[in-house]
Amino acid sequence: MAHQFPTLSTEQKKELHEIALRIVSPGKGILAADESVGSMGKRLNQIGVENTEENRRQYRQVLFTADDRIDSCIGGVIFFHETLYQTSDDGTPFVKMIKDKAITVGIKVDKGVVPLAGTNGETTSQGLDGLSERCAQYKKDGADFAKWRCVLKISDSTPSNLAIKENANVLARYASICQQHGIVPIVEPEILPDGDHDLKCSQFVTEKVLTAVYKAMFEHHVYLEGTLLKPNMVTPGHCCLTKFSPEEVAMASVTALRRTVPPAVTGITFLSGGQSEEEASLNLNAINNCPLVKPWALTFSFGRALQASALKTWRGLKDNESAATEEFIKRAEVNSLASQGKYTGGEDGSGGAAQSNYISHHAY
Amino acid sequence: MPHAYPFLSPEQKKELSDIAKKIVAPGKGILAADESTGSVAKRFQSINTENTEENRRLYRQLLFTADKEIDHCIGGVILFHETLYQKADSGKTFAQVIKDRGWVVGIKVDKGVVPLAGTNGETTTQGLDGLYERCAQYKKDGADFAKWRCVLKITPTTPSSLAIKENCNVLARYASICQMHGIVPIVEPEILPDGDHDLKRCQYVTEKVLAAMYKALSEHHVYLEGTLLKPNMVTAGHSCSHKYTSQEIAMATVTALRRTVPPAVPGITFLSGGQSEEEASINLNSMNQCPLHRPWAVSFSYGRALQASALKAWGGKKENAKACQAELIKRAHANSKASIGKYEGGGAGAAAGDSLFVENHAY
Repeated sequence: MAHQFPTLSTEQKKELHEIALRIVSPGKGILAADESVGSMGKRLNQIGVENTEENRRQYRQVLFTADDRIDSCIGGVIFFHETLYQTSDDGTPFVKMIKDKAITVGIKVDKGVVPLAGTNGETTSQGLDGLSERCAQYKKDGADFAKWRCVLKISDSTPSNLAIKENANVLARYASICQQHGIVPIVEPEILPDGDHDLKCSQFVTEKVLTAVYKAMFEHHVYLEGTLLKPNMVTPGHCCLTKFSPEEVAMASVTALRRTVPPAVTGITFLSGGQSEEEASLNLNAINNCPLVKPWALTFSFGRALQASALKTWRGLKDNESAATEEFIKRAEVNSLASQGKYTGGEDGSGGAAQSNYISHHAY
Repeated sequence: MPHAYPFLSPEQKKELSDIAKKIVAPGKGILAADESTGSVAKRFQSINTENTEENRRLYRQLLFTADKEIDHCIGGVILFHETLYQKADSGKTFAQVIKDRGWVVGIKVDKGVVPLAGTNGETTTQGLDGLYERCAQYKKDGADFAKWRCVLKITPTTPSSLAIKENCNVLARYASICQMHGIVPIVEPEILPDGDHDLKRCQYVTEKVLAAMYKALSEHHVYLEGTLLKPNMVTAGHSCSHKYTSQEIAMATVTALRRTVPPAVPGITFLSGGQSEEEASINLNSMNQCPLHRPWAVSFSYGRALQASALKAWGGKKENAKACQAELIKRAHANSKASIGKYEGGGAGAAAGDSLFVENHAY
């Protein structure tokens, strides 16, 4: 048992660690712009725009043409496969635009959720087949980190031991493969906010899940310093009648993380789930102001919570492009402050900020 | 599955957390004075002293009544069962003597190692039977923390998966039972330094063991903020021909801990294994100077590395009492400084440089 077969050279470890550090440098977080074609369909539908490749390209362009104000707010952008190979109107590859801003390029590599037979509607995620070759190619094409999302849900009978174990295992396999190719894996074991469970229940489940994730990472010899974690914040279920303050959410989240995430993990980049833009920022801010010792960076990896207002403002119209970009920049700056615990909140009264982005049983 | 069945109230959690923090307050560590009768026999043999109950009482008394200048160096003392019920000459119980100095009283509760059939000489540790009742009694008798030692060793075939899993499980059971009685469990998964393996190998094994340790604690619903960890430092095997610096040891150890010990754990109190007194202090000091971020207190829980010189100076003779205590005081100061990274070295005593390594040490 006790023999070690080194998985990564010292140089490889150094590269991975440095990439991870860059992404979560103080004040920076991640723009999750990796919505699949199906997910983009839902978004564009809401603003009455047709889900074509061109529209998806134009929309991402709105985000990627943000000026250098976002350079100090965004450490990484997660791409969907299609977007990685798209260009702006003038022919500049999106990847180049992002890299020129010294922002790290990431790629979503999972291929969605599939059912786990014999469970109460639970799933695992697929995408391991040929992942090694895909990673090698993505690295050549400019990606330095990747993301893989697993989904768990809370109910009387879930998450089951099988769901926890299987999802933790598949995340660890993915992470192991990525690291072989100099790609930092972001590990995302999302526990959905659907349900009427309270904050304590969410905390308990989050702790169980994260413990299993790190045990699996260990068993698969994943180099923790070269990874990032993308968890849910610990929040009550969306149908829970009791309301909890950002401080309560922060305390529950940080406590859960302190009990499960080894200090070696370079950073924790929260998903926003169904939270509104403002909610997500206020919670992130409270998390960073939590008095407990937090040895990892605590920042954002937001999709909807960075883009909702921008999307609404754009409505698919060229004339609205700069106003839409401006909305994105605003949220980026707010979240940059929140990631340092410096956001004083509430100044942002923009259209989408306070509206919930919750979609029932969100599957991506 | 997803329901928590809370068994510790917020008050109980606070009590446990407060005790743990008190033990590892800045500059403080643990005096491990819990040598079993059999272990004491070996110690006393080396100083030609008879292993009687009275001699054991006299010796421990010297340790517990050392001058108050070391009050700020010690956070807790681990006692063996017999010692918990012995009294000082003044008539006070040792538990009271220790408490009066602001130190927390601890009790060793395991009942030694037993073989694991079908393994290459591996063991688990017994002591769970009636532990629930024993803890209730120990708490009444003044103990606020406990210690349980498991032993693993490195060879080409060990530690085996079974040994790791079984020892981690028994440590988690012990921890769970302690917490129900307001007793902070110190969890000690010692990996022996016997062998010729190098630093990297020790680091790898330590990481594997500690990862399994915290998985087991989680599964047994142990409240991490109310526990302490007593691991080995990551060192090369004792027969390894390559010598490593204390900085290398510190880096390997802190890296292993950062990869496995959740920040919720308030403190890590190293065992000294077979290290000499000076080595143990210097290595602890290097840990606390290591540039990597450590979210837990990093301190000591030393037996031999606090007592070796004191024991030698005592030699079983009443007239050597002051000399004995002076040696303890020296090491207590040294380790207190080391626990905050401020030890400047050279606090040598009679036995400071001698290696305290005892082959295949079983306690």
